[in-house]
Amino acid sequence: MGQQDHASGCGVVPSIGQALFAIVAAMKKLLWLMAFLFSATVHAGATLDGIREHGQLACGVSTGVAGFSAADSNGEWHGIDVDFCRALAAAVLKDPSKVRWSPLNTQQRFTALQSGEIDVLSRNTSWTLGRDAGQGLVYAGYTYLDGQGFLVPTRLKITSAKQLDGAEVCVQTGTTTERNLAEFAGANHIHVKTLMFENFRAVLKAFFSGRCQAFTTDASALASIRAYDSGKPDDYVVLPERISKEPLGPVVRRGDEDWFAIVRWTVFALLEAEERGITQANVDQLRASSTDPSVQRLLGVSEDVGKPLGLDKDWVYRVIKSVGNYGEIFDRNVGAGSLLKLPRGLNALPRDGGVMYAPPLR
Amino acid sequence: MHKHRDRLLQVGVVALALAVLYGLGSIVAAKMRALGVEPGFGFLWQRAGFDIGDTRIAFSAADSYGRAFLVGLVNTLSVAMVAIVASVILGGMIGLGQLGRNRLFAWLCEAYVEVFRNVPLLLQLLIVYVVLIGHLPLPHEAWQLGPDIWLSKSGLALPWPAWSGDGLMLVRPVLGRFTFSGGAMLSPEFIAVAAALTFYTSAYIAETVRGAVQAVSHRQTEAALALGLSETKTLRFVVLPQALRSMIPPLANQLLNLIKNSSLAVAIGYPDLVAIADTTLNQTSHAVECVIIIMAVYLTLSLVTAALMGGWHARLLRRQTGVHA
Repeated sequence: MGQQDHASGCGVVPSIGQALFAIVAAMKKLLWLMAFLFSATVHAGATLDGIREHGQLACGVSTGVAGFSAADSNGEWHGIDVDFCRALAAAVLKDPSKVRWSPLNTQQRFTALQSGEIDVLSRNTSWTLGRDAGQGLVYAGYTYLDGQGFLVPTRLKITSAKQLDGAEVCVQTGTTTERNLAEFAGANHIHVKTLMFENFRAVLKAFFSGRCQAFTTDASALASIRAYDSGKPDDYVVLPERISKEPLGPVVRRGDEDWFAIVRWTVFALLEAEERGITQANVDQLRASSTDPSVQRLLGVSEDVGKPLGLDKDWVYRVIKSVGNYGEIFDRNVGAGSLLKLPRGLNALPRDGGVMYAPPLR
Repeated sequence: MHKHRDRLLQVGVVALALAVLYGLGSIVAAKMRALGVEPGFGFLWQRAGFDIGDTRIAFSAADSYGRAFLVGLVNTLSVAMVAIVASVILGGMIGLGQLGRNRLFAWLCEAYVEVFRNVPLLLQLLIVYVVLIGHLPLPHEAWQLGPDIWLSKSGLALPWPAWSGDGLMLVRPVLGRFTFSGGAMLSPEFIAVAAALTFYTSAYIAETVRGAVQAVSHRQTEAALALGLSETKTLRFVVLPQALRSMIPPLANQLLNLIKNSSLAVAIGYPDLVAIADTTLNQTSHAVECVIIIMAVYLTLSLVTAALMGGWHARLLRRQTGVHA
């Protein structure tokens, strides 16, 4: 009897230890879930109250996509998505520097928002029905209209994505990207081998060392990778096809309409300012001397466009003073004034042939 | 009386644990519903919509999330199996090598152990992978390792039997515009995970083997040699059988570690169970369910491995000592 206990004991002891280890291994994931569980129930305005209480805006950004959100060698963040969070901080906290940046990968981003870890996700994240309606999130608008493309080495002499039959294509997982690729391949009757990586740096490493023959993600990100990460931009080319619609924009938690409205109208204010010709440079002068009623209204000289949002009447003035209008943000980060030199395209105002339209701020 | 009280206590503890689990479960479910996600495992039957590059069983974007999980499980098992076999063989050789009389070889074996068990596994994995994809040639300049065997950045292309109209045929890999097709392809990710797991685990197994052999009383070796057995025969018939007995429980530990460590594969894009679960989790928002699946699978794999090793150990004890369990 004693011997038997001893013999079986040897088998059981490590197995229970291993079971515990398996549980510990999942702890990191569970921590996210716990945050998700015990997060305060959302009530309208709770987010704004929290931001004012902490004195800072918690902004979820990417782990580094130049032009959209990337930290420079001094740890300063730059990009369209970054400037948008600065604009929000200027609007609600009267100081564009009061932002806490949370670099998030594609897996973490939604959980971080759902759990209350961040107040807004401003991180090249595509607006889709499933995400907007099915995940406790809501998109406040779009700040960049993108489409998925392919980056290939020039030496392969490919001119169209339809020539990729038989190729190995690198993808970063946890995005709409792998689904779009599968659908594109299916629709064009080509067969591609999908290599999925979780880590953005890992997927770049794999592509640039020649592990795969093409890399697919949003075309803007490809332009950024080609310009900043490739070392030799001329050795790589972005193929002309756009295989998806990727409207990128800020996302907030569902259930706090007051905060949602602030984020949405901050996007519109940036567009309206461009439409009215209000820039970072002339905003002080226009505020003092403009006689245009719409400019006066926007800058809080005549009417109060802050009150309905729970903000003061100078909020748009502070936003433009801090980051400039939408056109300035675009040019500085991804447009003519940047290394990416992306054309405005769809992202221009309607009068210039784009679709960036803001309802009236009044 | 005493026994009854104990039993009652145990039932109470189990009931309490179940109640806590149920409570947590309902909070999670309520919270998920509030966010517009219907909790449950129904999503496993939905269309996955993504492709998996490296698979042992057929998979396409039209298949379900459930089948994607199966692909991930098979990938985890296949890489773990290869690594288990390789690390036991390599670990055994290096463990015995440390005890050999050739000083240089023994020293090399010791150096191997110290290097591979003291460098974090994730780092080893990344190094192996980066070296592989950095230094292997492009598919068009692939190294030929044998008739129809090609090694390149795309992996190791091998001829592989497949059914065709005429029966079982050997299909040869053919170089296309981009890479090889046909035959079998061992991806660099698979090779890197299997190699890194083998290096790391074999260092621990070598130590286990060395310890177990050294634990066998020296008098037994002397007695065997005095009886006229050769050194090889002494090792084979006297030392190793006894060493094996004390080796199995710690060996079981190492194999369990290896299986769980295979989840690091996600770092280099090998589509193992965890990688598939992460993709699914992100696409469906069923985070809790995916974590439950991961935990259940690793727990099951660990318990099965522990039970197999425990069974082997018990049988060995029975055979060697005549103790009947």
